[in-house]
Amino acid sequence: MEELLAARLQMAISLGWHIIFACIGMAMPFFMAFAEWKWMKTKDQVFLDLAKSWSKGVAIFFAVGAVSGTLLSFELGLLWPKFMEHAGPIFGMPFSMEGTAFFVEAIALGVFLYGWDRIAPIAHWISGLIVGISGVMSGIFVVAANAWMNSPAGFDFVNGEYINIDPIAAMFNEAWFTQALHMTFAAFASTGFAVAGVHAIMLLRGHKIKFHKEALKIALIFSLIAAFAMPITGDLAAKDVAKRQPAKLAAMEAHYHTTKNAPLIIGGIPDDVNQKVDYAIEIPGGLSFLAHGDFNAEVIGLDQFSEEERPPVAVVHFAFQIMVGLGTIMMLISILYFYMMWRKWDLINNKWWLRILAIATPIGFIALEAGWTVTEVGRQPWIIYGVMKTKDALTPMPGIQYSLFTIVTVYLMLTLTVVWLMFRQIKSIHQKYNEE
Amino acid sequence: MIYAELVMIVLGISLVLYMILGGADFGAGIIEIFTGDKGNSTISKAMAPVWEANHMWLIIAIVILFNGFPKAYVILSTNLHIPVLIFLIAIVLRGAAFTFRHYDAYHDDSQVIYSKIFRYSSLVAVFFLGITISAFFGGTIPSTSSANFTDLYISPWFNLFSLSVGVFLVILAAYIAAIFLLGELETDGGYHLLSKFCKRLFLLSVIFGTAIFISSYLEGLSFHTTFISHRLSILTGVLATILIPIVFKMIRQKRIWNLRIIVGLQITLIMTGWFIIQWPNLVVFSDGSFLSIYDAASPRITMKVLFIALAIGVVIIFPSLYYLFKLFKSDSNLNVN
Ligand code: HDD
Ligand code: HEM
Ligand code: HEM
Repeated sequence: MEELLAARLQMAISLGWHIIFACIGMAMPFFMAFAEWKWMKTKDQVFLDLAKSWSKGVAIFFAVGAVSGTLLSFELGLLWPKFMEHAGPIFGMPFSMEGTAFFVEAIALGVFLYGWDRIAPIAHWISGLIVGISGVMSGIFVVAANAWMNSPAGFDFVNGEYINIDPIAAMFNEAWFTQALHMTFAAFASTGFAVAGVHAIMLLRGHKIKFHKEALKIALIFSLIAAFAMPITGDLAAKDVAKRQPAKLAAMEAHYHTTKNAPLIIGGIPDDVNQKVDYAIEIPGGLSFLAHGDFNAEVIGLDQFSEEERPPVAVVHFAFQIMVGLGTIMMLISILYFYMMWRKWDLINNKWWLRILAIATPIGFIALEAGWTVTEVGRQPWIIYGVMKTKDALTPMPGIQYSLFTIVTVYLMLTLTVVWLMFRQIKSIHQKYNEE
Repeated sequence: MIYAELVMIVLGISLVLYMILGGADFGAGIIEIFTGDKGNSTISKAMAPVWEANHMWLIIAIVILFNGFPKAYVILSTNLHIPVLIFLIAIVLRGAAFTFRHYDAYHDDSQVIYSKIFRYSSLVAVFFLGITISAFFGGTIPSTSSANFTDLYISPWFNLFSLSVGVFLVILAAYIAAIFLLGELETDGGYHLLSKFCKRLFLLSVIFGTAIFISSYLEGLSFHTTFISHRLSILTGVLATILIPIVFKMIRQKRIWNLRIIVGLQITLIMTGWFIIQWPNLVVFSDGSFLSIYDAASPRITMKVLFIALAIGVVIIFPSLYYLFKLFKSDSNLNVN
C-alpha cells in the first residue's frame, strides 16, 4: 500500500473512531445530570437508577475516548511531522487550553462516579454538569484547531517561512465559530438519537419498564432540539465554505462549471471525465441561493482549479448528500414528534413511533462521520488549506501500513468489546427490575 | 527567552507528576503480575477515582512539547516512531482493560482476560516509555536524516542503554505503586508482604540504576561521564539514596502519608538530576551535537501565550486536583491499623 494512503487511512480511522466517543462524552453527561436533577425533584428511584447506569456508560466511553485521544495527540506527529513542525506553534493554543478542559473533566468525573455518598447531592449534581461543560469546551477547542487547517490565520507565509505568528488570531480563525457550533449540536443530535433508539428497541422488545420510558424521554428532548439546529447551523457552515473554500463547496455539490444561477444538485453520480453529474435532481438557482443568498449569484465551479488542486469529488459529494439527507430525516422526525405532542398522542406506547426511533438509532452517527468526511476530504490535497499539501507533511518513516493494520485490529477489538459491554449493562438492568 | 525556560519548567513538572502519579498506576498493573487476583480489588478500588486524572499529565506534556518545542516533538515522533507507537497501543489496551474490568456489569470469566491485558500492557507501556525517554538524553539519535532505516528508526532506541533505562523505569513504577498501595491495604498480612516487596524493589532499582551507567559505558555513550561532571546531579543522586533508610523506617512505623511524600521526593530528585544534566538541551544527538530548548522553541509570542494558558490552567487544575485527592485519599491512613 502506498505510504500516503496508509497514513491518511490511519488518521481517518483514528479520528473517526475517537469522534464517536468524544461526542458521547460531550452529550451523555448532560443526560445523566438531567436524570439526577429529576431524581432530586421527584425522589423517584427510577431516575437515580438511570443517572447511575448512564454514568457507568459515560465512564466506559470516557476512558476509551481518553486513551484514543492520547493516541491521537501523538499520531499527529507520528504521521504528519512536517505539518506539526510548522503548525504546532501557530495552532497549538486551543490544544493547550483543551488540556485544562480535559483535566477538569477527568477530575469532575472522578467526583461524580465515586462521590455519590461523599458529598452533598447538589454538589454531586454540579460535578456532573462540570463534566459536560468541560467536555463541550474541549470539543470546541479541538474543532477550532481543525478549523484553522481549513481557514489558516494568524501568520504570514512568505518564501516558505511562517512569520508574524499570532496564536490568538489563529484560534479565532474565520471557520471556528460555524464549525464549533455545528459540531456541538451534532454531538447532541447523534448521541441523543442513539440513546433514544436503544431504549426504544428495549421497549419494543417487551421490556416495558419505566426505566426505558424515562430514558427515552430525556434523550429525545436533547436530540429533537439539536435536530432542528442541524440544518440551520449547517447552512451557516455551507455559506462559510463557499466564501473560504470554493473548491470544497464545488466538490460537495459536484458543481463542475462556474455559472450564475447555479442549480442545486441532489443525489446523482459525479462523472469526473465528462465533468457532469448523471441521474441527479436539479433545483434551478438553488445552489446560488444556498451559498450566497441570491438566486443569481455566481458560484465557482471545479473548472477554476487545476486537476491537482481538486478534492476527490465523488467521495465529498456522496458524503455531503448522506449528511444532509439524514439531517433532513432527523428534522422530519422532530417535526412529527412536536406535531403529535400537540395532538396529544400517547407516543411512548405507540409502536410505530418507537419503530421509527429504533430505525433512527445510528443515523446521527452516520451523519456525523459523513460530515467529517466532507470537511476533511474536501480540504484535500491540502493539509493546511492553500499553504501545505498533505503529501508534503507525511512522515519519512516507511512502513506505515503496519501501524495502520495494528491500529485497525486494536480498534476493531475494542469496538466489539464496548458493544458487548453495553449489552451486558442493559441486561443487568433488566435482571434488576425483574427481581423486584 | 525567559518564556522558553518557564514553559520548559512546566513541562518538567508535568513529567515528574506523570512519573509519580501515572507511574503508580502503571506500577499497580505490574505488581498485579506478581500478586495475582489477591491484589486486584484493592488496586481497582484505590486507583479508580483518580486514574483518569493521573494520565492527564502526559497529555499536558505532549501538548507543551508540540506547541512550545515542535522540533523536539518531530524528532520524538519520527526517530522514535516505533517505541512511541508500542507505548501508545499499550496505553490504549491497559486503559480500556482497566475500565472494562471495573465497570463490566457482571463479574465472570471475562475478568481474567481484562486483568491479563491490564497487567501485561502496563508492563509494556512503562518499559517503552523508559526506552523512549532514554533516547532523549542517551545520545543515540542521528542528527541527519540521510541514513539507512536501522540507523534512523531502530538503533536510536534498540540498544543496551535504552533497554536498561526501560527496565529501571519498570522497577521504579512498581516501587511507587507498592508504596502507594501500602496505604490502601486492609490487613496486616498484606502490609507485611507488600513491604517486603518494596524492599526487594529497592535492591533491584539500585542494581538497574547502576546498569544504566555500565551500559552507557559499554555502548560508548556520554551519559555516565556527563552525569559525574555535574555536581548538582550527583547531589540529587546522593540525596535520593540517603532517603532510603528513612523510607524503611517509615514503612516499619506505618506512617503512610509521610512515606508517600518522601517517595515522591525521591522520584522528584532522580528526575531533577536528569533535568540538570540535560539543561538546556532537549535532545543529545549521536555525533555529540545538541538541540537546545532555545533552538527548539517556538517564536516568543507563542511561548508567551502558551505560558499564560498554562498558568491559567494551573490555577484551575491544582485546586480541583487537591479536592479530588482529599475527597478520596485523605482517609487512607485509617485503613491501616
Ligand atoms: C448529526 C450530525 C450532522 C447532521 C445531521 C448535519 N451535519 Fe453537517 N456536519 C456535521 C454533522 C452533521 C459534523 C460532523 O459535525 C461536521 C464536520 C465538521 C464540522 O464542523 O461539523 C459537519 C460539517 C458540515 C459542513 C462543512 C463545514 C466545513 O467544512 O467547514 C457543511 C457545509 C455542513 N455540515 C452542512 C450541513 C447541512 C446543510 C445539514 C442539513 C441537514 C447538516 N450539515 C446536517
Ligand atoms: C473527529 C473528527 C474528525 C474526523 C472523523 C476526521 C476525519 C479525517 C479524515 C477522513 C481524514 C483523511 C482525509 C484524506 O486524507 O482524504 C483526516 C485527515 C486529517 N485530519 Fe481530520 N478528522 C476529524 C477531526 C480532526 C481534527 C479535530 C484535527 C486537528 C485538529 C484533524 C486533523 C487532521 C489531519 C492533520 C489530517 C491529515 C492530513 C490530511 O489528510 O489533510 N482532524 N481526518
Ligand atoms: C472534532 C474532533 C474532536 C472532538 C470533538 C473531540 C472532543 C473530545 C472530547 C469531548 C473528549 C473528552 C473525552 C470523553 O468524554 O470521551 C476528548 C478526549 C480527548 N481528545 Fe478529542 N476530540 C476531537 C479530536 C481530537 C484530536 C484531533 C486530538 C488530538 C490531537 C484529540 C485529543 C484528545 C485527548 C488527548 C483526549 C483525552 C482527554 C480526556 O481524557 O479527557 N481529540 N476529545
